[in-house]
Amino acid sequence: MKGKENKNPRIRVKMDSKEFGDLLEDKNIKSDFHQEHHHKETFITKYVFSQDHKMIAKQYLITGVLFMGFIGIAMSLLFRLQLAWPEQSFAVFDIFLGKWAPEGVMDPNIYLALVTIHGTIMVFFVLTAGLSGTFSNLLIPLQIGARDMASGFLNMVSFWLFFLSSVIMLSSLFVEAGPAAAGWTIYPPLSALPQAQPGSGLGMTLWLVSMAIFVASSLLGSLNYIVTVLNLRTKGMSLFRMPLTIWAFFVTAIIGVISFPVLLSAALLLIMDRSFGTSFFLSDIFVQGEVLHYQGGSPVLFEHLFWFLGHPEVYIVLLPALGITSEIIATNSRKPIFGYRAMVASILAIAFLSTVVWGHHMFISGMNPFLGSVFTFTTLLIAIPSAVKAFNYITTLWKGNLQFNPGMLFSIGLVSTFITGGLTGIILGDSTLDINIHDTYFVVAHFHLVMGISALYGLFAGVYHWFPKLFGKMMNKNLGYIHFWVTAISAYGVFFPMHFIGMAGLPRRYYTNTAFPYFDDLADVNVIITVFALLAGLAQLVFLYNFISSIFYGKTAPQNPWRSTTLEWTAPVEHLHGNWPGEIPHVYRWAYDYSKPGHNEDFVPQTIPLGKNEDITEH
Amino acid sequence: MIGLLTGMVVLLMGIAIWQISNIYQLIQNKMGIKKDDSQIATEKDNDTQGKLMFVFLVFIYAVTIYCFWAYTKVLLPEAASEHGVPYDRLLWISFAIILFAQTITQALLHYFAFKYRGVNNRKALFLTHDNNLELIWTVIPAIVFFCLIIYGMVTWSEIMNFNDEDEDALVIELYAVQWNWKARYGGQDNVLGDANVRFLNDYDGRNLVGIDSSDPNGWDDIVVTQEFHIPVNRKIIFKMRSQDVLHSAYMPHFRAQMNCVPGMITEFSFTPTKTTAEMRMNADVAAKVERINKIRYENSQDLIAKGEEGLESYQFDYLLLCAKICGSSHYNMQMKIIVDSEKDYNKWIAKQPAFSSIMQ
Repeated sequence: MKGKENKNPRIRVKMDSKEFGDLLEDKNIKSDFHQEHHHKETFITKYVFSQDHKMIAKQYLITGVLFMGFIGIAMSLLFRLQLAWPEQSFAVFDIFLGKWAPEGVMDPNIYLALVTIHGTIMVFFVLTAGLSGTFSNLLIPLQIGARDMASGFLNMVSFWLFFLSSVIMLSSLFVEAGPAAAGWTIYPPLSALPQAQPGSGLGMTLWLVSMAIFVASSLLGSLNYIVTVLNLRTKGMSLFRMPLTIWAFFVTAIIGVISFPVLLSAALLLIMDRSFGTSFFLSDIFVQGEVLHYQGGSPVLFEHLFWFLGHPEVYIVLLPALGITSEIIATNSRKPIFGYRAMVASILAIAFLSTVVWGHHMFISGMNPFLGSVFTFTTLLIAIPSAVKAFNYITTLWKGNLQFNPGMLFSIGLVSTFITGGLTGIILGDSTLDINIHDTYFVVAHFHLVMGISALYGLFAGVYHWFPKLFGKMMNKNLGYIHFWVTAISAYGVFFPMHFIGMAGLPRRYYTNTAFPYFDDLADVNVIITVFALLAGLAQLVFLYNFISSIFYGKTAPQNPWRSTTLEWTAPVEHLHGNWPGEIPHVYRWAYDYSKPGHNEDFVPQTIPLGKNEDITEH
Repeated sequence: MIGLLTGMVVLLMGIAIWQISNIYQLIQNKMGIKKDDSQIATEKDNDTQGKLMFVFLVFIYAVTIYCFWAYTKVLLPEAASEHGVPYDRLLWISFAIILFAQTITQALLHYFAFKYRGVNNRKALFLTHDNNLELIWTVIPAIVFFCLIIYGMVTWSEIMNFNDEDEDALVIELYAVQWNWKARYGGQDNVLGDANVRFLNDYDGRNLVGIDSSDPNGWDDIVVTQEFHIPVNRKIIFKMRSQDVLHSAYMPHFRAQMNCVPGMITEFSFTPTKTTAEMRMNADVAAKVERINKIRYENSQDLIAKGEEGLESYQFDYLLLCAKICGSSHYNMQMKIIVDSEKDYNKWIAKQPAFSSIMQ
């Protein structure tokens, strides 16, 4: 057999999945494969510099989601306190902000810094790296039937670059003049000039370095996901038999590869402007009594570059969450996902359109109004595949036999917030209506519901659903129920009223609203919002407790707790390098044969061959 | 004090939730419900959670109704500009569509979740797709969005594609600085003289917006701070500039906003239709002012009790705010806009000193 010459299993990238399957079926090679990893495995290679996709998934989950997520949410609670009770003294400010909260009163610069770093951490670290890093890593090999990622080494490098980038971002919090404070969109000139804002000194340099490394990490990860999905699918796993999770992760990775490099270029040009005197984004500036030398640059160019990533980024965050939801809703409805091909088509349409709508963030940036019309058109087009997805989820529930596991609750929650948040996009995507609500709290409410809360729900759904796969334990369902209901109520409690203060004309990123007596009657609303935000924060502690205690004291999970059809549940509960002890399972059907007539069980795993008189499910 | 109380409330809520979960577990054990520690939803869980889904639907509706009932009054009053009328119409049409879609879809989602909550030994309907159904819900939103796009685009181009060279329009420059606004009028000739940040240090810094004194067009220009006046029912063309970072000139009552970008001049135009005096008479505005003054009175009592100064009472004025993050005092970058009758405006502008008075 020709495979025998290839003693090194990494050569497998170059083979198609069939050859690879054949290769692994050969006993000698298989023992080779295991031996190589067994005798090398030490604490360092197993838990720290691991190349195993399951361990890397756990590393992302714990550093990206739990650790960074905790910091990101805690920051939002701090500035929510300031917004509800402006310029009051709080002991927590004194503890956490120290010199930036003289006598416990928050300083305006640190308020902006908190807003900035909250946005950066939640969007990039938690919902991009954390979400994709955890679930793409865990599920791509397990659901397509691969022993590991195409390149375990690059996968490891990707995680450690992410780790480094997180460390740099967090270290910027301890800089003398404070961390970056120009908003997560870091528009120059504010972000370029230390004279304009203290956070634009070393803090911003660290932000840019951190993001440059982050982009490198993200690219390595995404390329790996794409190659793995294309090359390492097991026998029988055609593209249209893949679970929607894999479709979502795959397409997300492609959007990432297309758009993240543009952020890198924007960051590099900004570094040049800041440190080497170029004028890409700067022109005609007078600050602190001095005319600066910059000539001929344009901040609008930066806005274009930033949003060329920034808008696809929304879908980089959202699509994995939608993929996870598709899988969990189908499993727990005991029904095939409705309109599988329409779902795939929607993912592809959203991915394509997501790269041509960035201008809707810039309707009033000073760009040509004609461009505004074009971007309004493309933006409202993207609402169509989004609507199709929402309808398909709802129809999947119809006449199902719904199993309300915590993952299912969060998935339904996602559909709910995706609709609520998505609908207001019709207003913001319309250039005309954007004029008066641009940069108000209406925007904040909209994107938090549609991408923040929805993606977090997808993330939680995924954690509850695949916890048995990640840790071999079950999470406590009653704590899961409490977590969901408190979070769901608080999320609407926070963001529903927020639309109204936005429509009242209140701009976002105001340290306090007391400078305008006109906004005095919004003070009560801000108190309500903060109370719900604190409640939501509290609910996350329930989750954190459940998560940690379940790892140690949770009930041992059965192999297939949710009675699911996909391949990951055919792998043993105990993790082993290579995922399946024997041969890689072959696939004979699509991923959604739930409650198929003619079967006793209400699910038929993908590994079960078609029965004698069974028709293949047409989907 | 409030901080302490909040902390206490948060802590107590935490304890309450923890206790509720304990009680829940205890009740389940006491009632002899078969102890099931599989952590997989049982028929009982499906029943409870399914019903809660229905309750949640009621919650969503209740929150929506409450917000509209309680917060409609805080929204912006009727538009004070010509294009604000079609703007508001488009906004409320969009809102009607959104609310309709929201009501229907949330109802279906949560009702199905409730109705089809799992029962042991029932098999779900095996339904993979339905092309007709999917076609319907692709085409209907497509038609609705198409209509909205057309309506939006027409309104957009009416607002944005104004005649730049309109002789009758009043040209005003809004000039943004960290953290205040200045406004410049073209003076007698209604033409703004050339300007650049390089001239800001001329005349001991009194050249507030950097007018180029070699351009005669600028000699009669008038620069004002704190507040600027505009005549009612006359088209105003705003030219925006910034000298340092991005700002955004936001005039919510006129449904107007445009970013101020260093290195370029951006534009927006509107025609004010209500004078400040008329707007103060508006019923919504009057009610809002009354509410705000009540709040300010109560806050003043607290402040006076603490030995501090009370708050001034408030009267309505149009506002120019900054809506683009611009540094520490972003939250307090404001200028008052006074809409006058043509006569009052002329009287006011005649009293303002021209740039030439600084040049001497």
